[in-house]
Amino acid sequence: MPTTTIAGHAVEVNDEGFLTRPDQWSDDLGTELARLIGIELTADHWKLVHFLRDDFAHQGETATLRRVSTQTGTPIKSLFDLFPGKPAKKMAYVAGLPKPKGCV
Amino acid sequence: MTTTMRTLVVLGAGTAGTMVVNKLRHRLPTSEWRIVVVDRDDVHDYQPGYLFLPFGLIEPEQVRRSRHGLITDGVELVLGDVDRVDPQGREVSLVDGRTLTYDELVVASGTSPRPDQTPGMLGAEWHRSVGEFYTYEGALSLRESLAAFSGGRLVVHVTEMPIKCPVAPLEFAFLADDFLRRRGLRDHSEIVYVTPLDGAFTKPVASRELGHLLTDKGITLEADFMVEHVDQERRVLVSYDEREIAYDQLVTVPVNMGADFVARSGLGDELNYVPVDRHTMRSTAHPEIWVLGDASTIPTSKAGSVAHFSVEVFVDNFVEHARGQAMTHSFDGHANCFVESGGGKAMLLDFNYDTEPLTGTFPLPLLGPMTLLKQSRANHLGKLAFRHLYWNLLLPGRPLGLPAQMSMAGKVPAA
Repeated sequence: MPTTTIAGHAVEVNDEGFLTRPDQWSDDLGTELARLIGIELTADHWKLVHFLRDDFAHQGETATLRRVSTQTGTPIKSLFDLFPGKPAKKMAYVAGLPKPKGCV
Repeated sequence: MTTTMRTLVVLGAGTAGTMVVNKLRHRLPTSEWRIVVVDRDDVHDYQPGYLFLPFGLIEPEQVRRSRHGLITDGVELVLGDVDRVDPQGREVSLVDGRTLTYDELVVASGTSPRPDQTPGMLGAEWHRSVGEFYTYEGALSLRESLAAFSGGRLVVHVTEMPIKCPVAPLEFAFLADDFLRRRGLRDHSEIVYVTPLDGAFTKPVASRELGHLLTDKGITLEADFMVEHVDQERRVLVSYDEREIAYDQLVTVPVNMGADFVARSGLGDELNYVPVDRHTMRSTAHPEIWVLGDASTIPTSKAGSVAHFSVEVFVDNFVEHARGQAMTHSFDGHANCFVESGGGKAMLLDFNYDTEPLTGTFPLPLLGPMTLLKQSRANHLGKLAFRHLYWNLLLPGRPLGLPAQMSMAGKVPAA
């Protein structure tokens, strides 16, 4: 896996730029990853990012949009406002977690 | 020595539930264990057959049998709807008021399409211009719709992941391409594949090997599309970010959810799936509850092959557990799926929790070595032959000769 430097931290990423080691993530890194996709993180964003991190630590899997929505009480429409176009993928990217995927 | 009689109750007599009771009946002494299996009706469908029904490639009677005939002697089949499970009292209540007490419980109630979860999906056009093939009735209605289809825009749509048999919608698109060609309609038809994921293939090796299939077949891809509602009047899918996709014939895969009794019993997550340990399929909340088949949260495909392999691991473990011994078997998430790619060919995928689908060959007993992740005629014939294995070997619990654990033999590792 290629290594790159983001916000002064050396991290491993895949060819789409997703962190491959969730343990290399930090709040600093989250801020910078968000900036790279044109998002300025507000308190509403952070609530979701931290939920994703905690949930991943317990479940071993990136939460689906439905799970984020029901567990944090955020309507799916608001997830689209906060992370425009591709909320599931963008939230995973910012939180340093694997993107949602199918079986092939 | 006196032994007390114990009761194992299994909720659901589908692929997983039927295999579990048939296998365990041969492994647990009838003097020590009573085995009861509950289902709402006496109809067992070979669900992989639903994919072929709309195209007339299989006949309705080939996918349907009575549950009674598939369950071995010495197992009680109870027909009734489950109202709820009381894990503290170790009791299952049925809607008609009957109750069943258990010492150990297996939840094998699967997952079902829930069109009611998407506004506008149900309505006057449901099972007409808004079709689906994840139920027997839906697949049959779609056969009529496709027979009457005279060209236009055919949209194959996945509402939300996870769904059971996650490659089935892609297979449907490939078979639809064939079907329209055969009928001379392909030139004035468009096929669009709509997914909430970021592509039709999301894993590196599969994407590299199979990414060309959609382009080759002239199928348009609409990715990252989360449907918000269906407008039946205007015949469009509308997404949360206000994109619209028009259709003449929609073939949708609705949100899939676990059984409602799971939610009523407080056992499920946001989609009514029961959290379990991924290696033993044992409930993380209640040690006397086990969950097999599509009903659990294990992070692999909701597919018959997973039900099959995980049941084998579970049965070996449960026999040890019943004797008061430590359980020594562990499920690795092994899945093995034939994928129809059209033109009388199919591909074979083999993967587990840790290893993505790879290229190479797979040594399938009875049918011979199969090529992995590439189209071949033999894989297509393998997929067709599987129906016979399902009814005659798999459900009765006879050995199929397929290892429950994934093997790396013959596979080309990812670069």
